[in-house]
Amino acid sequence: MKSNVKSKHPSAYKVISLIVLIIFAILFLFPLYWIITGAFKPTTDIYSADTVWWPTQWVTTNFEKLFSSRTAPLFTIGSIEGPTVPAAIRWLVNSVFMSVMAMLLTCITASMAGYALAKKRFIGRGVVFTLIVCAMALPKQVILIPLIREISAMGLYNSLWAVILPTVGWPFGVFLMKQFSEGVPGEMLEAARIDGAGEAQTFVQIVMPLIKPGIGALAIFTFINSWNDYFTQLIMLTSSANYTISVGIATLQGESSTDFGILMAGAALAAVPIITVFLIFQKYFTQGITMGAVKG
Amino acid sequence: MANSKSHPATSRALVRRETISGYLFMLPSLIFFVGFVIIPMILCIYTSFFDANLTANGEDTFIGFANYVELFHDDIFRKALLNTVIIVVVSVPVTCVFSLWVSSVIYKLRGPLLSFFRCVFYLPVVTGSVAVTVVWKWIYNYRTGVLNDVLTGIGILDGNVNWLGDASTALACIIVILLTTSVGQPIVLYVSALGNVDSTLIEAAEVDGATDFQVFWRIKWPQMMPTTLYILVITTINSFQCFALIQLLTSGGPTNSTNTVMYYIYYSAFKLYRLGYGNAMGVILAIFIALLSALQFKLAEER
Amino acid sequence: MKKILSLVLALAMALSLVACGGSSSDSSSSGSTGDSSSSEGSSASESSSSAEGSAAESEGEAEETGGDATEAADSITLWTYPIGGWGTEDTVNALIEGFTAATGISVTVEYLDYTNGDDQVGALAAGEGPDLIMEGPERLVADWGASGYMVDISDLLDDTDISEINEAALAACYGDDGAVYEYPLVMTAHCMAINKTVFEAAGAMQYLDEETHLWNSSEDFFAAVQAVYEYTGSTVGAIYCGGQGGDQGTRAIVNNLYGGTFASADHTSYTWNSEENIKALQALVDCEGIEFDASIVGGDEIAQFYQGTLNMAFCWNIAQQLDPNTAGTGSGLTLSGDEILFMAFPTEDGSDPELCGGIWGFGVFDNGDDAKIAAAKQFIQYMCDSEATADAVTAANYFAVRDTVVDGTVDISDIWADNEIMNEYNVLMQYLGDYYQVTTNWTAARYQWWNMLQVIGAGGDVTEAVETYASNADAGISE
Repeated sequence: MKSNVKSKHPSAYKVISLIVLIIFAILFLFPLYWIITGAFKPTTDIYSADTVWWPTQWVTTNFEKLFSSRTAPLFTIGSIEGPTVPAAIRWLVNSVFMSVMAMLLTCITASMAGYALAKKRFIGRGVVFTLIVCAMALPKQVILIPLIREISAMGLYNSLWAVILPTVGWPFGVFLMKQFSEGVPGEMLEAARIDGAGEAQTFVQIVMPLIKPGIGALAIFTFINSWNDYFTQLIMLTSSANYTISVGIATLQGESSTDFGILMAGAALAAVPIITVFLIFQKYFTQGITMGAVKG
Repeated sequence: MANSKSHPATSRALVRRETISGYLFMLPSLIFFVGFVIIPMILCIYTSFFDANLTANGEDTFIGFANYVELFHDDIFRKALLNTVIIVVVSVPVTCVFSLWVSSVIYKLRGPLLSFFRCVFYLPVVTGSVAVTVVWKWIYNYRTGVLNDVLTGIGILDGNVNWLGDASTALACIIVILLTTSVGQPIVLYVSALGNVDSTLIEAAEVDGATDFQVFWRIKWPQMMPTTLYILVITTINSFQCFALIQLLTSGGPTNSTNTVMYYIYYSAFKLYRLGYGNAMGVILAIFIALLSALQFKLAEER
Repeated sequence: MKKILSLVLALAMALSLVACGGSSSDSSSSGSTGDSSSSEGSSASESSSSAEGSAAESEGEAEETGGDATEAADSITLWTYPIGGWGTEDTVNALIEGFTAATGISVTVEYLDYTNGDDQVGALAAGEGPDLIMEGPERLVADWGASGYMVDISDLLDDTDISEINEAALAACYGDDGAVYEYPLVMTAHCMAINKTVFEAAGAMQYLDEETHLWNSSEDFFAAVQAVYEYTGSTVGAIYCGGQGGDQGTRAIVNNLYGGTFASADHTSYTWNSEENIKALQALVDCEGIEFDASIVGGDEIAQFYQGTLNMAFCWNIAQQLDPNTAGTGSGLTLSGDEILFMAFPTEDGSDPELCGGIWGFGVFDNGDDAKIAAAKQFIQYMCDSEATADAVTAANYFAVRDTVVDGTVDISDIWADNEIMNEYNVLMQYLGDYYQVTTNWTAARYQWWNMLQVIGAGGDVTEAVETYASNADAGISE
C-alpha cells in the first residue's frame, strides 16, 4: 500500500523527534526535581563545590528553619484566630483562600457578563467589548499606583481582598465567556422566552448548563493566574500574616539570600500542593483548557 | 432580530429590554472592571501630568507633558521598552512554534504517554512563578549553580559563565525561564486541535500524493488557526506579565539589560518614589498594548 | 424570573460587601489580638519596680514634652528591618512583652527585609504606614523624614541625653530642617572580612595586621588578593552590584583604597567622581582576584563567603561575625570551619580607614493620631532610655550609642563585657567615619552607584562611567 511506503519516512523523523522530546521533558522536569531534592539536602550538599545530584542524606533541617522563623495564626476570621502555626502554613492558607475567592467571583461575574455580551444586542455593547479587549493585556504595573490609593481608600490595603478584587476586575474572563456564550443557540433562548421564562431563569436553566465547560476552563485559568500573580500580592500585602506563599518565599529570599536550602523548602511547600491537585484533576485541567480555546 | 424588521414598535421595546437586561447581567462584572481597571487607568492618566512624588506635605504640581518629554529622553526607558519588545517578540513565536512541534510529536501517542508529556510540559505552570524563579536562580548561580557545573563538566564551557550577571546573557536567561512557564497551555491546546483536524481531508490529500509538509501547511494549519490566535493572545499577555522573574533575579540589571517597562514603572514608583513619572510610563505602555491587542483582534476578525 | 437574577446579583454584591467588611475588621483585629494576650493579667502589679519606674517616667516625659498632653493609645504597630535580633520574632516578642507589661500598650510587629521592605514602605503612599519604624538615618531621616512622613522627636532628647549619645550618631539623626527623626539605639562600623584559614595557607597574612585588623597598605591588599587568587585559582572577592543591598561595602572599599570620599562633608553633593575613587575602581577592575558581579547583592556575597566560594567579604559587620544567620555554624567560622577574621578597609599608606557607620534606632510616623504618636514615644523612651535599654541593645548584636541611660543613672557600658568578639571588634569603632548616607536624594544616588558598578564591571570606561553616574546622582539633588 501506498501509505506503507510513506510511513517509512516519518518514522525516522519520529524517532529523532521523540528522543529530542524526551530530552526536553527531562529539562522541564529538572527544576521540580531540583526543588524537591534541594529541600531535603543538608547544607553541605547545597554549597558543595561539585554538584550533588542526589542528597547524601535526606534531612528536614531546611523545613525546620523555614517553619521556625515566623509564626502566625492559622486563620483569622473577624476576631477569631486559629491556632498558632508556622507562618509558611498560613501563607499557603492565604494563597488558597485568595485563589478560590478570585475564582468564584470571576466565574460568577464573567459568565453573566459574557452571556450578555454574546447574546444581548444592547446599546453600548460595542464600546464595552472594545474596552474589554483593549484592557485584557494590560499589565497591572500600569495601574499600580492609583490602584493602591483606591484600595487603601476602601480600607482594604494589606488584606487579601486587595488582591482578589483587582483580579476579578481583569476582563479576560468576560472575553472568554463571551466566546463561549456565542455557541448558545439563539433558538433555545427564543423558545424559553416564548415559554415565558424570565431573563434570570433563562440564564440559570438554559445558558449555564451549556457554558459549564467554559466556566470550568475559566475557573482553572483564574485559579492559576491568581496563585501566580506575585506582583499584586507583593504591592498589596504588607504584614506577614497576610502574605501569600509567593510573597512569603520572595521574602525568604530577601532575608536569607542564597540559602537555597530554605528557599527550596519554601518552593516545595508552595509547589507540591498545587501540583498534587493538578495531577489528580489532570483530566479536567486539560479538558477545561481545551474547551476554552475551541470556542475562543 | 428577524422580527424586529417587521414590527418597528416591538423592536424599540425589544432594544430597550435587551439594553436593560444586558446591563443588569453586565453589572457585577462592570463594577469590578470599572472600579479596578478603568478608574485606576483614568487616575493614571491624570497623575501622569503631575510631578507627583511620595512627599506627605508637598502638593503635587501640574507639569503638563514634562513627564512624557523626560521619558523620551530617558535612555533607561528606551532600553526598557526595547527589552519589553524583545521579550514579547521572541517568546511569543518561540512558544507557538515549540508547542506546535511538541504537540505534533505527541498527539498520536497512546493515552498514558500523551498525558505524561502533557503533564511534564504543564508542570512549570502549576509550580508557581516564584517557586520556579528561585530554583532557576540557583540553577543559574555563577559559582554554585548546576548549569555551569554541567556545561563545564561536559566541555561546552571553559569556565563558569555569570549567566544573570552578564549583560549579554541575562535577558536570554530570563526568556528561557519565561518559555518554560509558557508552553504548557499551548501544548494542551494544540494537541486537542490536531486531534480535531478532519481526517478525511488528510486522507484525501495523501491519496493525491501530498507530502507531510503540504498536508500540514494546507490542511492542518488553517484548521488550527483559531487555536493559534487564542494562543497568541494568552502568550502575549503572559509575556507582559513576567515581573517576578525580573524582580527576583536581576532587578533589571546588569546595566539595565533586563529592565522592562513593567519593572521600571515599579522601580520609579517604589524605589525612586516618582509616581507621576511611573504613571506616564504606564500610559505609554497601555497605549502600546492596546494597539497590539487591537491588531491581534483585527487579524482574528478577518478570519 | 427576575427574582433569580436579583438573587444572583444580590449574592454577588453581598459577597463582595462581606468581603470588604470581613477583611477590614480582620486586619485591625490581627493587629491587636496577638499582643493583647501579653498585656493580660494584672501586669502592672506583676511588673518589677524598675519597669514601673521607667514607665512612669516615660509617661511623665511624654506629658511634659508633648505640649497638649495627649493620652497614649493602647496599641501601636512597629516595623523593623532585620537589625540583628530585631529581625527575629522570639527576641522581639520578649522585648515587647516587657514594654507592654510596663505601659499597657500592646505592639504589633511586622518584619521587613531589605529586598522587599522598601516596597512595603510604598504603603506610605497609601497612608498605611506603621506608627513606629526601626531603621537607620538613610531612610528615617534622608528619605521619609525629608518627605514629611516623620514626627520630630527632638522633645525626647533632653540635654543629658544629648550629652550621653555618641555625637556622630546623633548628628546623623537630624534632618536638614533641624528636626530629629531618629532616636538612635545602636551603632556599628561596617567592615570587611577575610577567610583567615585560606589566607594563612596562601601566605597572605603578612600583608595585614591581625591585632589591629588593619591592612599594611593598598598595595599589600592587592598583593594579598593576588596571593590568595594564585593559591585557590578562583575569585577571592566580589564587587557585588546586582542591586543596592549591602552597597556600603562596595562604597567603603572604593573610598578607602586611595582616600576618596563618597559625598561632600556638608552632605549636599556627591564626590565619588574624584581622582582617588577613579583610581581605586580602576585598580579593582584590573585586579585578577576581584570580580565585579552583577548577579549578587551584599547578602549573597556574605552567604558565598560563608560557603567558602569567596574568601573575602566587603559586606561585613559584627552581627555577621557573631551570628552567621545563613550558615548557622557558630561565631566567626565558615561553613567548613575556617576562621573568619574581620578587617578594616585598606588605605593607601596603612593610615586610619574611614569606616561607614550603621546607626539604627526608632522613628515615629506621622499618621495624624496624637495618641499613637504619644504611645510610640513611650516605646522609644522604653527601648532607648530606660532599664530595658541594655536588653534592647544586646538584642540587636551591635554597640550601644551611649554608655549610660536614664540621666546617667544606669550604666550600660559593660553589656558586652563578657563577649570576646564584641570586645575585639570594638577596636574598629574608633574609625567610624562620616555618616554620609543622609546626603540629599540618597535613594536615587544609591541607584546610580550600583548601576555604575555594573557598567564598569561590564567593561565600560571607568572615568566616563564615574563621571556620568556621579553627575546623575548630583542632578537628582538639584531636582
